[in-house]
Amino acid sequence: MSKAVATQPLQTGKPRSVSRLWWRKLRELPLVSIIILLIVLVIPALLAEVIAPHNPFEGSLGKRLQAPAFFGGPSEHLLGTDHQGRDILSRIIYGSRISIAVAAAGILIAGILGTLLGLMAGYFRGWIDALVMRLVDITLSIPAILVALVVAAAIGARFSSVVFIIALVLWAVYARQIRGETLKWSQSDFVARARVAGASHFRILTRHILPNVTNTLIVLATLQVGFVIVFEASLSFLGVGIPRPNPAWGLMIADGRKYVMSAWWISFFPGLAIMLTVLSLNMLGDWLRDRLDPKLRQV
Amino acid sequence: MGTEILLQVNNVKKYFPITKGLLFVKTIGQVKAVDDISFTIGESETLALVGESGCGKTTTARLILLLEQPTHGEILLDGKDIYALQGDDYRRYRDRVQAVFQDPWSSLNPRIQVRDIVAEPIIVNHKLSRQEIRDRVEKILVDVGLDPVHADRFPHEFSGGQRQRIAVGSALISNPQLIVLDEPVSALDVSIRAQIMNLLRDVQKQYHVSYLLIVHDLATARYMAHKIAVMYLGKIVEYAKTEELFNNPVHPYTKALFSAALPSHPDIQREEIILHGEVPSPIDPPTGCPFHPRCPMKIGTVCEKEIQTLRCKDNTEHWVSCGLYAEGRPEPETGRQQ
Repeated sequence: MSKAVATQPLQTGKPRSVSRLWWRKLRELPLVSIIILLIVLVIPALLAEVIAPHNPFEGSLGKRLQAPAFFGGPSEHLLGTDHQGRDILSRIIYGSRISIAVAAAGILIAGILGTLLGLMAGYFRGWIDALVMRLVDITLSIPAILVALVVAAAIGARFSSVVFIIALVLWAVYARQIRGETLKWSQSDFVARARVAGASHFRILTRHILPNVTNTLIVLATLQVGFVIVFEASLSFLGVGIPRPNPAWGLMIADGRKYVMSAWWISFFPGLAIMLTVLSLNMLGDWLRDRLDPKLRQV
Repeated sequence: MGTEILLQVNNVKKYFPITKGLLFVKTIGQVKAVDDISFTIGESETLALVGESGCGKTTTARLILLLEQPTHGEILLDGKDIYALQGDDYRRYRDRVQAVFQDPWSSLNPRIQVRDIVAEPIIVNHKLSRQEIRDRVEKILVDVGLDPVHADRFPHEFSGGQRQRIAVGSALISNPQLIVLDEPVSALDVSIRAQIMNLLRDVQKQYHVSYLLIVHDLATARYMAHKIAVMYLGKIVEYAKTEELFNNPVHPYTKALFSAALPSHPDIQREEIILHGEVPSPIDPPTGCPFHPRCPMKIGTVCEKEIQTLRCKDNTEHWVSCGLYAEGRPEPETGRQQ
């Protein structure tokens, strides 16, 4: 007799027009951040060969230290040239690739490692938890730049060493956050139900807990891209990051340091690129966090 | 109502250690959550465990669901000790015993479609084709009063009552012999409770499944259960068939519990028993009858000694653990010793 009840179909409102719905969704996006990111980071990285006016590695010493075009320099070099006569705009355009590659590789490795360890620690507890959390505490208590200097001294400054350092510094943030979430979900009734149904640990972790922490992962990753780009620039600036003559933004700032009184543009424009990128990434990350997981606000 | 015994709980105890120290862990005490309880559940029968919060009902449920290990005692399903099950026997047990939890908002994974939530027990324990799983899910959804076209939706698209139907469907899909119902209607709107209780009663007849009903609400127990065990502080103080218990409660705690529940009609005048003090801590429970420090009928040191569970004279299925009816005391309801 109870079967007839509660079977009313659930109504879902149908939008009046599809284009209108898309327009509303578009309006909700943080458009300024996205446009800046596209202009400074994504389009240059994808189309560097097409849009860069000059070769970023070759310059002529005759054209060194030319001022930007709008600052009295020749129109050939829009943002001027550096101390070796290389076009700064082209170097910034190619440099975006390095920033993206380093951030993507570093965050991917750190994310996978941290998530794996965080899931295990939060789910199995016991000695795994104790071990992982002490490692996290140790990692977070060591100054990152110091680690970077040691690693660079040990294995040399290469692209891979920069990625390694970034992963080494960042995994702990993931591990700690994911462990906390896992701990919470492990106590939930749906995990108890899965255990009662006979699901294996692997199935519970992958089917029940992991999908519930992906929001956190996405938000965490977006918020960290900015940090990673600044960190990579710092490493390159210190000479333990991307080696010369690659056009890494941090490296370009370091190169311009000697000329900062006479040719400020060598350091200024890469610095501006970093600032715009990180600022818009952080704004995008904040927006994503508010949309997906407002509880993360303290991170 | 079946007469075959399905589940047998024998002298089960569960003590949770209280530990101190971070590195050198010391046990400084024990919480006696469940302290020596025994009961049986027959086939197609509902046994309700009734008691106030903290009395060990849920721990008992978790022990039966193999979510906790008992400190002492054994639990037998079809005569086999469930803590000794290995391999295929263990998988069979997971198939035969399912659960419905209190809160339908936290017991359904928000990221999984209803279809997969319902199918989980048979996906995990059986090798079935996609089509077979699909068919069984759709049949079960109809049986619990949901429309199969909603199988692809996510839990947040359903109301509390519908969610609890989904949970019941998931518990039923593997054709279990026993479902542990841990407060299945407490989190629901009063208007929905009757629907879910009726649904549970209907599917019990249809699927010949036994229920262990964990509940604090006497009206629910009365409506659902064939037998009721009243728990207090980790012990079962009284155990009888539902109507017998309601017509003739013997233990002072049972009487107090009934007097605290709202009557079915506001004009009904009843004896009011007001208990004083708090429930003692399960870390250091009173000796003998756990109820004696608050019992209005306490008769002296008899209550502070080990109390035997006695069978009432006129009813073979009515058991009570109370000093009033200890041996040698000529009380009308008491009979021979166990």
